[in-house]
Amino acid sequence: MAILEARNLVKRFGAVAAADGISFAIEPDSVVGLIGANGAGKTTFINMATGYLKPDSGAIFYQGAEITPLAPRAITHRGICRSFQVPQLFLSLTVRENLLVSAGIAVRHGAGGRIEAQVADSLERFALAAYADKLAGVLPEGIRKLLDIAMALAARPKVLLLDEPTSGVSAEEKFGVMDTVMQAVRPQGVTVLFVEHDMEIVERYGERVLAFYEGRIIADGAPRQVLENPEVREFVVGEHAAH
Amino acid sequence: MSDRTARALVLALAILLVAGLVLPKWAISLAIISLGKGLVVLGMMLLMRTGLVSFGQGLYYAVGAYAVGILNQVYKFSDAMLMVAAGALAAALIALVLGALLAGYRAIFFAMLTLAFSMILYGLLVKSSALGSTDGFNVDARTLAGIPMGGGASYTLYAFASIAAFLGAWGLHRYQGSLLGRIAPAIRDNELRVEYLGASVRAVVLLNYVIAAVLSGAGGAIVALAVGHIDPEMAYWTTSGEFVFVAILAGTGSVAAPFLGSALFEAIRTVAYQYSPYTWQMVLGAAMLAVIMFLPSGLWSLFERRRARP
Amino acid sequence: MDQLAAVLVDGVIYSSWLFIIALGLTLIYGVMRILNLAHGSLYALGAYVAASLVGAWFANGYPPMGSYALLPAAAVIVGLVAGPLIERGVLRFLYGKDEIVLVLVTYALFLILEDLIKLVWGVESYVISEPYGLLGSFELAGLPYPVYNLVLVAAALVIGAALTWVLQGTRAGKLLVAVIHDREMGAALGINVSRMYLVTFTAGTMLAAVGGALTAPTVSVLPAMGVEVIVLAFAVVVIGGLGSLPGAALGALIVGLVRSASVHYLPQYELFSIYLVMALVLLARPKGLFAGVEARKI
Repeated sequence: MAILEARNLVKRFGAVAAADGISFAIEPDSVVGLIGANGAGKTTFINMATGYLKPDSGAIFYQGAEITPLAPRAITHRGICRSFQVPQLFLSLTVRENLLVSAGIAVRHGAGGRIEAQVADSLERFALAAYADKLAGVLPEGIRKLLDIAMALAARPKVLLLDEPTSGVSAEEKFGVMDTVMQAVRPQGVTVLFVEHDMEIVERYGERVLAFYEGRIIADGAPRQVLENPEVREFVVGEHAAH
Repeated sequence: MSDRTARALVLALAILLVAGLVLPKWAISLAIISLGKGLVVLGMMLLMRTGLVSFGQGLYYAVGAYAVGILNQVYKFSDAMLMVAAGALAAALIALVLGALLAGYRAIFFAMLTLAFSMILYGLLVKSSALGSTDGFNVDARTLAGIPMGGGASYTLYAFASIAAFLGAWGLHRYQGSLLGRIAPAIRDNELRVEYLGASVRAVVLLNYVIAAVLSGAGGAIVALAVGHIDPEMAYWTTSGEFVFVAILAGTGSVAAPFLGSALFEAIRTVAYQYSPYTWQMVLGAAMLAVIMFLPSGLWSLFERRRARP
Repeated sequence: MDQLAAVLVDGVIYSSWLFIIALGLTLIYGVMRILNLAHGSLYALGAYVAASLVGAWFANGYPPMGSYALLPAAAVIVGLVAGPLIERGVLRFLYGKDEIVLVLVTYALFLILEDLIKLVWGVESYVISEPYGLLGSFELAGLPYPVYNLVLVAAALVIGAALTWVLQGTRAGKLLVAVIHDREMGAALGINVSRMYLVTFTAGTMLAAVGGALTAPTVSVLPAMGVEVIVLAFAVVVIGGLGSLPGAALGALIVGLVRSASVHYLPQYELFSIYLVMALVLLARPKGLFAGVEARKI
């Protein structure tokens, strides 16, 4: 059974259709890349899947049950967590304190384990130990992304949605970030969906790729196959060849 | 860190209790009022840590005071402890209702709504001739938990106020170190993330609002007993403004700061008013401007800087 | 029926007064995002300056009708002196800080101005009732009303129309509206935001002062007048939506009529009724009746 499924999602913002009939099913324990130009609907999908936005029509299912009307809080408790395009951190708190908050909330809602142990584990796993007592507001971008993702993992999700995990991260650090995240979750069989503009990352880590364009999915398959699709080349990759 | 703060608070309580035995009446009176108002500011500090500024704590301050007044004059209660507890309880109940409405508001709108609610109470009190309208009325307690207590500036009330302040400060300190307490600054920084992590922002805001109200109610009750008189002015927006002023002065760094800030404020106000009734507000205003412009985390930050992190 | 007419007339007069005093507050918030707690003090300043000018005028035996010109004159004086002093001297250093910080700054200014007024004018009340009574009275629905109250209504209409024309009809006004919507964008487009702020705050101060000046002949001018007015102005502005001119008009109308009805039918709830309306509107429409749109965060 698909772990996450979208059925005919439609979402308009005025005249713009951020989702124009999106349907797809994600198998458990898979890694899927979402590609598409800015405004194609990828983040809107994540926002809808996590309850921040409600679609105009259509539904989203998690483990067979509909989650469309739920609030982000409830969806997190069910097992779907996300990271953000712009890292959403507690800027006036230190890295350690940020992790204490996320671990504390998670443990209190039944994620299991002990708070201090979880924090120590996150600091080590995501190489944040050196920054533990620095304020989140002064961190370099790559570290912010890692903290953002580490916090998303506190609730031990079964599905992890990453919104542009390597954007703003230097070329040398990109693979480091992705490797760290994948190593932290894949052994547990966590399903990962990641939005990316960097096609190298998409090819390297994605088992399957969904290409978005103007609110619709125009290609769906293995990375090589999708990236060679002529429509994808024109509407998605073409724009990025200029980078 | 928490140990050190707890130890410091216990020491402070001990000093207060001993000093009270030798202090003159006027100092005792000033101290009780400072401790009572300090409790209100302590509550404001919690709200500020949660990212909210209340311009209407006068509401609960007045509720606490009038609860004492009504129990005392209408129902002939004379035990201070009971009356203060009643004041705190009354504040808690009202806060549960109003807080449920307020929990969805932020920034200016939260501030304005709290102001509106306090002014509603003011309007009701002023028009209520049964409660003495603008004159208010006197209150007078005879005992405190059975111990005889004479007048407003008694050592018994002073000791009670000191213990209440200690419990408030220590309790808040423990709360702030707890998981639930940590969520407050997280809400201030990024509510959305708190929701996404799985916690209910509304629930925590409501909880903190009620705690602040309880502290304000207890404070108002204590001040009412110390001064021996209550009037609607306690709910007027300028009273709330004074609490905001002291809260800014004190900052959000330490649970002892609200009390020290209150004492400083009361001392300045008493002295300044005696010598220059037409300029003390101006001095206060100028001091506030100076603090805001040069010490954005309050006066307490002056002490914090000495213990800066490496 | 007579009572209803009285409620309406009283309501409109009171609404006009509220509109004038609320306008400056909403303008300053709309452009500068500052909730000016010193607004009441500027209103009081306008009243005191008007009282001094009118007092001196009549003491010197000048023609009584001329005293009316002194009222707006007082407002202009207060505006041109206090406005730039406050804006350039204090506010300008704090732009960009949290809105709440600026509210606290204006609260500090309120404290300072209150004492300044006491220092300069003392605590005795000033009475300049001549302009109020000079125009005589007229009858409406069997009740006498001072003609002066019509002046108030007329002033509200004139000021409202003039401000609307400035904001929508002139180039400077449209630039101001742009800044209201998006300060950074305005600056990016080359609008001299700094000068806009100075002009706006000065205009807002003048509006507050004109409210005070026009009120001065109808009451005893006392130090406490600013304190009472500020919460009323808030109620009006918050109901209508911070930063909205039509909102201020609608808010003034609502508060004015509610208060008038309360005074006539339920006098013990007069004070309470205004804040109740404010609380109710806020609870139903958190941003007021005319509010802007929020930008997307994530």
